[in-house]
Amino acid sequence: MMKFEFNSSEPIYRQVAEQIEDAVASGGFEEGQQIPSTTEISKEFHINPATVLKGMNIVVAKNLIEKRRGLGMFVQQGARQRILEEKRNSFFEEFVVNLVREARNLDISEDELLELVKRGYKR
Amino acid sequence: MSVLEVSHITKTFGSKHVLSDVNLTFEEGKIYGLLGRNGAGKSTLLSIMTNRIFAGEGEVKIDSENVDDNDAKLGLMYLMSEVNLYADGWKLKQIIKDSESFYGSFNHELADRLITEFGLDINQKFGKLSTGYNSIFKLILALCLPVKFVLLDEPVLGLDANHRELFYSELIQSYSDNPRTFIISTHLIEEVANIISDVIVLDQGRVILNQPVEDVLAKTHSVVGPEKDVDQYTQGLNVIGHDNMGSIRANYVYGDLDDRILPDTVQLSNFDLQKLFIYLTNQYEGSAHHEDK
Repeated sequence: MMKFEFNSSEPIYRQVAEQIEDAVASGGFEEGQQIPSTTEISKEFHINPATVLKGMNIVVAKNLIEKRRGLGMFVQQGARQRILEEKRNSFFEEFVVNLVREARNLDISEDELLELVKRGYKR
Repeated sequence: MSVLEVSHITKTFGSKHVLSDVNLTFEEGKIYGLLGRNGAGKSTLLSIMTNRIFAGEGEVKIDSENVDDNDAKLGLMYLMSEVNLYADGWKLKQIIKDSESFYGSFNHELADRLITEFGLDINQKFGKLSTGYNSIFKLILALCLPVKFVLLDEPVLGLDANHRELFYSELIQSYSDNPRTFIISTHLIEEVANIISDVIVLDQGRVILNQPVEDVLAKTHSVVGPEKDVDQYTQGLNVIGHDNMGSIRANYVYGDLDDRILPDTVQLSNFDLQKLFIYLTNQYEGSAHHEDK
């Protein structure tokens, strides 16, 4: 399910979009399954319905969820794979760059960092 | 689409200027947050808008028609506030009946559900209600009357956390089922921060902010890093507050950042509505320093 912990550093509509995508990526919302309505999300998390709709529309525009008239929003087939691909594409910028920056701050050398990554895989 | 317009409203009590040339436009279907410190003039403004008290100057119009003594227009608004319009001895059921006949209709189905959800005893007399249930009863009226403009002055006064949660959810449900304009005046900024679409800040009787929340938040920037770098980076920007933690400094900027170069040592992020409110409304007190809470 969605966790929806909101922070103040990013617009709420974008966080709504990201959290829906995260829930699809993690299998919380399965392909073909109906997701909560705008009103349900608004009510649960006390967010303006127009803001939630704006977030949902981002996910609709990426063909990850679709509106079925009179029924609600459903996760599209293949959505999970497409989200994972997008996340892989941004993995370097979002995680690796930060990892290396933090390693530099801590005086961890490239070799030491690579060792640590290997250790991470063994856990 | 109905529009509620407040133009050039000025109000003085004795020699005190409570409102000075207030100009606002409320569009149908939006949820406005009306924020201000104690004594900023919020309740006075809402009372003037609904003709409960009179302005010294200026006018209030709905769809270009003045609302003064205009029952057709006044019937499009309901103000829920701490001021009680009903006598202590009146039965709640009778108040609902009277309100229904003034406003023309009443959503009994919704009222019955809310009465059950909040656990309100509808057979009571108005004067017997606790502070919390006094608010709850008036909120039920506000949500169930067929008005286009719902004005809520401190709607959650006396409500416990569970009832506040329930109220915000029901507010959103009611708004989704029947989109209309809400104007919510509250001190609990964090609780409504994501619910409101537009924010209005009154300070000492003047409007100092009136914009969509999304636009406002996009202009908040907290600039954190070593004091020298932070001060240099924010030079010439609209710094409305700051915090110090040893030699690390946070400068809070409200406004656009030009394309100046951000030093590696300095980090940028946004800050929230409550923090913005505190800094904007505190500037006259000569202190720009605040703790986080």
